[in-house]
Amino acid sequence: MKSMMIILLSAMLTDNFVLSKFMGICPFLGVSKKLDSATGMGIAVTFVMICATIVTYPIHHGILVPNDLAYLDTVVFILVIALFVQLVETMLKKCIPALYKSLGVYLPLITTNCAVLGVTVLNIDNEYTFLQSIVNALGGGLGFMLSLVIFSGVRKKMEYADIPETFRGVPATLVAASIVSVSFMGFSGLFS
Amino acid sequence: MTYIIPALILGACGLLAGVLLTVAAKVFHVEVDERIEKISEALPQANCGACGYAGCGDYAAAIVNSGAETNLCKPGGSAAAGAIAEILGTSAAEVIPTAAVVHCNGNCNATETAFEFDGVQSCKAVKRFYGGNGKCKYGCIGLGDCAEVCDNDAVVIKDGIASIIAAKCGSCGKCVKACPNSLISIRPLAKTISVLCSSGDNGKATKLSCKNGCIGCKICEKKCPVGAIKVENFHASINYDLCTSCGECMQACPVKAIHKV
Repeated sequence: MKSMMIILLSAMLTDNFVLSKFMGICPFLGVSKKLDSATGMGIAVTFVMICATIVTYPIHHGILVPNDLAYLDTVVFILVIALFVQLVETMLKKCIPALYKSLGVYLPLITTNCAVLGVTVLNIDNEYTFLQSIVNALGGGLGFMLSLVIFSGVRKKMEYADIPETFRGVPATLVAASIVSVSFMGFSGLFS
Repeated sequence: MTYIIPALILGACGLLAGVLLTVAAKVFHVEVDERIEKISEALPQANCGACGYAGCGDYAAAIVNSGAETNLCKPGGSAAAGAIAEILGTSAAEVIPTAAVVHCNGNCNATETAFEFDGVQSCKAVKRFYGGNGKCKYGCIGLGDCAEVCDNDAVVIKDGIASIIAAKCGSCGKCVKACPNSLISIRPLAKTISVLCSSGDNGKATKLSCKNGCIGCKICEKKCPVGAIKVENFHASINYDLCTSCGECMQACPVKAIHKV
C-alpha cells in the first residue's frame, strides 16, 4: 500500500509529466486557457492513460515478450492509444457535446500526446507490476490535470497583466510555464 | 516466421481496434440535422473564416442551430446564399460583392526607404523596428504579409507595394488582419473610387516622405456632391454608404491620391 502511494504521488508531483518530464506540452499550452476545458482535458487524458495501460501491459507481457517482439511496443501502443482517444471522442460527442466543442482539435491530439505514450512505455521500463502500472497511469493523469488546472489559474491572472508587446501571447505563456515548472522542482526529494 | 508473427499480431490488433470503433460509432451515434450537411456542401469549403465562424462546417451549424444570417459567405456570394435559402426554404438575402483594397500608393517611384532592413523579411518584423523602414511610417512595407495569408493569390506586390486583384479577391479579410499598418479594408465591389493613402502625418510631412500621399487639403470634401468623403487624421476616407463612384474627387485631387481601383 505504501509503495502504491509513493508511485501515485511521485507520478503526480515529483515526476509530473508536464512540468518535470516536459511531455504533453502541446495540450498544456493549448487547453489551459479556461478552467473547464483544462479539467475536461485532464479527465480525458487520465481516462486514456489508464485504459491504455490496462490494455498495453497485458499485450506487452502476454503477447510481445513471449514472441520476442518487444520492439513492436511503440507501434502497438500508439495503435491502442489512438483507439481509446477515438472512443473518448465518440463518447464525448454523444454525452458531453459542450466539452467536446471546447476541447476542439486537442482531443484527437491526445493520440500523439507523448505523455500518454510515455506512461505506457515507462510502466514497462520501470518493471512495474500490473497494479503498480495502473496506479502510475492514474498518478500521471492526475498530475497532468493538476498542472493544467494550476496553469489555467496562472493564465487567468496573466490576462490582466500589462505585458510588453513583444512578449504578449505565446512567449509570456512559455515563461510562465517555466516558472510553474520551477515551483514543481520543490517536490524533488519528497519520496526517497 | 520472423516476419509473419509480428505482422499477424499487428494486423489482429488493428482489426480488433477497427471493429471496436465501428461498434462504438453505432452505439454513440449522434443525430445531426441533415440540413447542416447540405448547407455545408453548398458552401465553397474554403474555410476562410470571413463569415466570422471557424470554417464552413461551423457556419452551416450556426445557420441551422442559432439562425445565423444566410448571406455571410463572401467567397460563395449570392450563389451560396441562394442555395442556403433553398435548403432552409426561405427567401435569399442579398449579398453585396466586396473586395479588399490597399490604401497606399507609396510605390518605389513615390517614396524611399529610410534605412536598410536585414532582419526577418516580413512586414510585422520591420514594423517592430522603429515603426518600419519606409520614410512614411504609415505606408505599405511591401514584404507581402498580406500576400502570404491570401488563399486566392489575389495580392500582388508590385513596385514595392501590395495591391489587390479584385477579380480574384474572396474578401475573406485575412489580409486586413495581416497588415501591421492596417492599410487594407473591404469595399463594395461596385464602388471603385478609393483613397490610396493612410498617412497620419500632416500635409507637409506627408509631402516630404511620399509624392503620392494625401496632404489632407479637403478639396475632395468640398467637391463631393453627396458628402461621402471626409478628411480625418490628415487623410481623406470615403464612406461607401454614400459614395456614388462619380469620380469628382479623383478629378479634383491635387496630389492624385484618389484612384479608380
